[in-house]
Amino acid sequence: MIEVQHLTKRYGPTTAVDDISFRVEKGEVLGFLGPNGAGKTTTMRVLTGYIPPTEGRAIVAGYDVFDQPIEAKRRTGYLPELPPLYPEMTVRDYLLFVSRIKAVPRGERKARVGEIMERTRITDVAERHCGKLSKGYRQRVGLAQALLHNPEVLILDEPTAGLDPKQIIETRQLIKQLGGDHTIILSTHILPEVSQTCQRVVIINKGRVVAVDSPENLTARLRGSETMYVQVDAPVIGDVRAALQAVPGVTEVAVAETRGNIANCEVNSESGRDVRRELASAVVSRGWGLLELRPLRMSLEEIFLHLTTEDVAHE
Amino acid sequence: MNNILAIAHKELKSYFASPIAYIVIGFSAILYGWFFINLLYYFDRISMQAGAGFGGPQSVNVNEQLISPLFLNVSVILLFTLPLVTMRTYSEEKRSGTIELLLTSPLTDLQIVMGKFLGGLTLYAAMLAVTVVHMGFLFAFGNPEWRPVLSGYLGLLLMGGCFLSLGLFISSLTRNQIVAGMVTFAVFLLFWVINWIATFMGPTTQNVLNYLSITEHLNDFTRGVVDTKHLVYYVSFIAFSLFLTVRAVDSERWRG
Ligand SMILES: Nc1ncnc2c1ncn2[C@@H]1O[C@H](COP(=O)(O)OP(=O)(O)OP(=O)(O)O)[C@@H](O)[C@H]1O
Ligand SMILES: [Mg+2]
Repeated sequence: MIEVQHLTKRYGPTTAVDDISFRVEKGEVLGFLGPNGAGKTTTMRVLTGYIPPTEGRAIVAGYDVFDQPIEAKRRTGYLPELPPLYPEMTVRDYLLFVSRIKAVPRGERKARVGEIMERTRITDVAERHCGKLSKGYRQRVGLAQALLHNPEVLILDEPTAGLDPKQIIETRQLIKQLGGDHTIILSTHILPEVSQTCQRVVIINKGRVVAVDSPENLTARLRGSETMYVQVDAPVIGDVRAALQAVPGVTEVAVAETRGNIANCEVNSESGRDVRRELASAVVSRGWGLLELRPLRMSLEEIFLHLTTEDVAHE
Repeated sequence: MNNILAIAHKELKSYFASPIAYIVIGFSAILYGWFFINLLYYFDRISMQAGAGFGGPQSVNVNEQLISPLFLNVSVILLFTLPLVTMRTYSEEKRSGTIELLLTSPLTDLQIVMGKFLGGLTLYAAMLAVTVVHMGFLFAFGNPEWRPVLSGYLGLLLMGGCFLSLGLFISSLTRNQIVAGMVTFAVFLLFWVINWIATFMGPTTQNVLNYLSITEHLNDFTRGVVDTKHLVYYVSFIAFSLFLTVRAVDSERWRG
């Protein structure tokens, strides 16, 4: 549905996007993740036909965005980083105008605008001037604008930026609902957002793709070894470490913290080997109390930092 | 066509949502009224002289001595008002980022430019409509020929079109509407005084400069002559400016 092939974009001497390629299947929600200046907005601008690529191609809904821009744009809804609102227009007039230039048939415009305003929860500001809206409402009107012509492809540049927590949850739910019928690319800095809304993640840094995978696989893949968190209640704390170390498969035990008789340990084991049963029996057979035993996962945050920090890039 | 009308409609609405439309129409009505009264007074005097046989002009003609100079004076009004009409067309869209909406919608660059041009032209037509009132007086109390009046209005519309298309082009070059307005005014001024400069030049240069002058081509229109030479000049001037605007918008994309 969306295909990006060897896309490069240079602004004079700066290379904003450097030879990136990826695909998004129909109905998929793809998260575009990267630190500031990574090239997310630039890529989206090429995909929406706002700027031409320096090299490479982008195909959206079966049309090359550069060779057949009108056809591609008809099928794309776009929420730019800054919602493109006309301050002197009321929200309703603005949406009517947008539905007109997006070729929504005349007879359907009114109903469509009403429906989208309900869906993005902006009906209460329908008669307000766009210039007088708060940041969060501007963002929601921007989202409404992108959905008006019911496009096959949605490109959302930081759709939840500036929203309050309740709105963030609602917007994520909306995006999830939209996935399936629509093919969506959204960019964000917020990692939980990706694991909550996206089936796949593209992590980019300095214009290059550093990883493409599902959030679960990324988490798993980067967990070189398995780490367990074990909390033990033992009369002599000093014995705990040796006891856990003795379990077959365990490579390393770190006692992170002790409080009274309770030791909090992080146990590393060979990857692919599940040592939970052995750990449990090692503790229980000595008559100690096993208070907690759970796998520690590398959070998406850690992966992100791992992938986008300088010295790791050399590995 | 629907796309062009959509943009034109939006432009027109934003003119009337801001003070610009009222300033432009009000200012032109006042200035035009002032010209009208002065010329009427002048005309009154020469016609009295002619009537009294004091060696004044032999024949007195409302069209030649009143309406034609009145139309020619309108170019002064345009000099001051039309930069206000065009200065924000592109600049403001670029500054506020709404250009991103237009350029990612299924519209061609030409449709956007045409829509903006049509919007400006409609506002200008509203400005001219105010002057129809004064014309009505002349028809009510005098007996002017209607042909030069009609052709004069056609000429004015075309001349304004030239100024508007030029202003649109200048606005597409910057994201600062004040800069756009001032440069537009300076360029208009240049086109306006070009035939004064011409009078100091040799005959060939004079002809060339006169041909280039936007206002010079209006003369014949106000006398009831619709000459193809002038039509071609105005229409190609407008087409060329609009073409340059399309190019400017497109090259901006490449530069980013
Ligand atoms: N119009 C432009 N002219 C010159 N350089 C630009 C332009 N737009 C972006 N860049 C540069 O391209 C690089 C990528 O910018 P981009 O806006 O795509 O990043 P981003 O991933 O969207 O960042 P953010 O998370 O801050 O929104 C940056 O180094 C930026 O300075
Ligand atoms: Mg960005």
